[in-house]
Amino acid sequence: MNMNFKSWLVGTTMLVMGTTGAFAEVVFNRGNSADPESLDPHKTSTVYEAHILRDLFMGLTIHNAKAEVEPGAAESWTISPDGKVYTFKLRAGATWSDGSPVTANDFVFSWQRICDPATAAEYAYMLAPVMNAEDVTAGKKKPDELGVKAVDDMTFEVTLNAPTPYFLEMLTHQATYPVSKANVEAKGADFVKPGNLVSNGAYTLAEFVPNDHVKAVKNPKFYDAANVKIDVVNYIPTEDRSTAMKRFEAGELDSNDDIPTEQLTDLKAKFGDQVHLGPYLGTYYYVYKINKAPWNDVKLRHAISQAIDRDYLAEKVWQNTMIPAYSFVPPGISGYETRTTEYAEMSQIDREDAAKKVLADLGYGPDKPLKMEIRYNTSENHKNTAVAIQEQLKPLGVEVTLLNTDTKTHYGHLEQHGDFDVARAGWIADYKDPSNFLDLCKTGAGNNYSEYSSKEYDDFLAAGAAAASPEERMKNLSDAEAVGVARDLCVLPLLYYGFHTVVSSKLKGWEDNVMDVHPTRFLSKE
Amino acid sequence: MAVPSRQGISMLRYVLRRLLTAIPTLFVIVTIAFFLMRVAPGGPFNQEKGLNPVIKANLERVFHLDEPLWRQYLYYLQNLLQGDFGPSYNLPDFTVGGLLYDGLKVSAELGGYALALALILGTALGVVAALNQNRGSDYAVVALATAGSTIPTFVIAPLFQLFFALTLHWFPVGGWGGGAFSHKVGPVLTLMLPQLAIVARLMRGSMIESLHAHHIRTARALGLSDYSVVIRHALRGALLPIISYAGPAAAALLTGSVIVETIFQIPGIGRYFVDGALNRDYTLVMGTVVLIAIFTVLFNLIVDILYAVIDPRVRYD
Repeated sequence: MNMNFKSWLVGTTMLVMGTTGAFAEVVFNRGNSADPESLDPHKTSTVYEAHILRDLFMGLTIHNAKAEVEPGAAESWTISPDGKVYTFKLRAGATWSDGSPVTANDFVFSWQRICDPATAAEYAYMLAPVMNAEDVTAGKKKPDELGVKAVDDMTFEVTLNAPTPYFLEMLTHQATYPVSKANVEAKGADFVKPGNLVSNGAYTLAEFVPNDHVKAVKNPKFYDAANVKIDVVNYIPTEDRSTAMKRFEAGELDSNDDIPTEQLTDLKAKFGDQVHLGPYLGTYYYVYKINKAPWNDVKLRHAISQAIDRDYLAEKVWQNTMIPAYSFVPPGISGYETRTTEYAEMSQIDREDAAKKVLADLGYGPDKPLKMEIRYNTSENHKNTAVAIQEQLKPLGVEVTLLNTDTKTHYGHLEQHGDFDVARAGWIADYKDPSNFLDLCKTGAGNNYSEYSSKEYDDFLAAGAAAASPEERMKNLSDAEAVGVARDLCVLPLLYYGFHTVVSSKLKGWEDNVMDVHPTRFLSKE
Repeated sequence: MAVPSRQGISMLRYVLRRLLTAIPTLFVIVTIAFFLMRVAPGGPFNQEKGLNPVIKANLERVFHLDEPLWRQYLYYLQNLLQGDFGPSYNLPDFTVGGLLYDGLKVSAELGGYALALALILGTALGVVAALNQNRGSDYAVVALATAGSTIPTFVIAPLFQLFFALTLHWFPVGGWGGGAFSHKVGPVLTLMLPQLAIVARLMRGSMIESLHAHHIRTARALGLSDYSVVIRHALRGALLPIISYAGPAAAALLTGSVIVETIFQIPGIGRYFVDGALNRDYTLVMGTVVLIAIFTVLFNLIVDILYAVIDPRVRYD
């Protein structure tokens, strides 16, 4: 038995090597800013984890090299005329890395698992569009009441609360990935350990040493293994970005998902077009404490917003790795019209004049200066941004003070709705849809730090959710942004995030995209 | 079986007594650390992407964070007594015990080499300097010691990477490389240099003092060889300050350095202490605190025993 297994293994390995035409292992050392907290797809939340899990697992749909949605574990699907029921036909012949077939029951088990309060999944809310998902997570309904069903082994049916146009896009997120029911039940909490973890993606987990590396090796059972060109991926946590650049230079890393932006000019000179920059679906913003004077005055909010020179922030503080922002939803979502504040097209000098006039009208002047405290979490770049804004507001007679706390204290304070004037926040899209941003300004939403509440805004969002056509939905969401963001400044958008990565010229198939998603199975290395 | 000497029995009794007094010390440290950690604002589940209250409540229930603090404290003590440090909040795939065990192997190895090298080289340099007081080699050692203790490790480490890794290609820039020798050179040298400086300076000072002591003059007057005077008599007395320094230094070195581990990207435990605190990973911080406390107590004990071995005037009672 053992010998048989061994010879089989050797045979398969030879076969795989034969088909790829190379006998030397192709190793991709991939710098990743942080370690994963967990490799259990239902217990993760960060983009660093997403980079790894995308290689290990495969959702019903996947992102291709350009971050476009393609069929993944599902070969095809049908959508009911009312847009609420999705029926997925699972890929024939697709198996787990232990050889057993991936079935609809695995998906039912996985989706119930992430919604189950006992799992305590941070990203359970991703499944909120699924019928009863929120009630299950809140403990009001049993996990088996979730709107998912295995019609047969290869047919998985999902019932949604309402038509959700971004549902297929959402299925690329790791929260929706399947885990093997048999494996989780057999191994319990240890199922996630190297050697135990069974996955359905192009790679399988070989090693996980925190602060050192996660090693994944090519999965010979993957349905498209013949087209997977990289044999081994080492995800290396590169907390210290300067070291990461030296390791990249020495060839110890083939790519890194971050660079020290203050060294951008030098890095560009040294690495040339191996430095990749471009827009990324995320927004760097401040929030006002809207339910408190003087910030309840929308005119004052706009005056401060106008006086901030975003071009300076983007160019000087962020070395053009960020883009000036006048809306909450970044550009790059097809079908959506971004709504900017009306001064987006004005020159900075005109904006400052307008801001000065408003401040004077409101009675602020040399004898009665406006006092404003900016709270931000620890980071060199957050500090530099706040200092720049402090300088920019000085000529207007605004006395800005800065308050820095570590990240946990910062967000703990914001979530408990503690007192502040202006505070920093950021949001990176989980999936390509404007609602992912706009929901943050909804009355009572968890991340609504400004405590903005507007019936008009909430109504537009509700109308969008109930809209019959995608066009009507996008129109309503766009109108919501015009009211909540452009008119009321429920958030004060400063910059759109940009990705800034280094990618070795030896790596082929790396396509820059707004999600900064680069599945290893589509890459090759010379 | 040989009958233990009177000295041996009293030493054993001394060690046992010291170990017993360590228990209340550890208990106080654990208690203070536990409650101090909870005074810090925020919690393990506050982050840039805030959690919805229902999900946060689920997480807190799973980790017993929704229960009264005193009960959490009792849980913690109870688990600790059974040798269980609990799960890590921020690395839920691992137990704190497992993380510390794997990290300690790396940190202790690097710290051990650095300490051994610093003690051997530092002692040698200190002796050479003391024997050549106010001559060229003495000034060289003093200059090296001053440089070593004033240039911070976060400067030395990147310079090492630039020169030895990127220019000469002798060693890799960073990473652990599964414990390969070439990966250890940079971290060990960086950890060693400041210690080497301190040991050399201490040794030089105490050796000069020792060389001027009465018993050394007597020994020389009796016509003993230079070697015998320096090594057997002067060095023995001069080593005492080094030993009392080496105890706490060993506890600090073996439990890792956050700066060296971050810059060289090494999976030691130094980073857990800082990352754990920043992430409010309560159990991980508690684990590192307990570990460092144990090391400190243990090495102080070892120092006291060594003292008695070297200095016959010291008694155990």
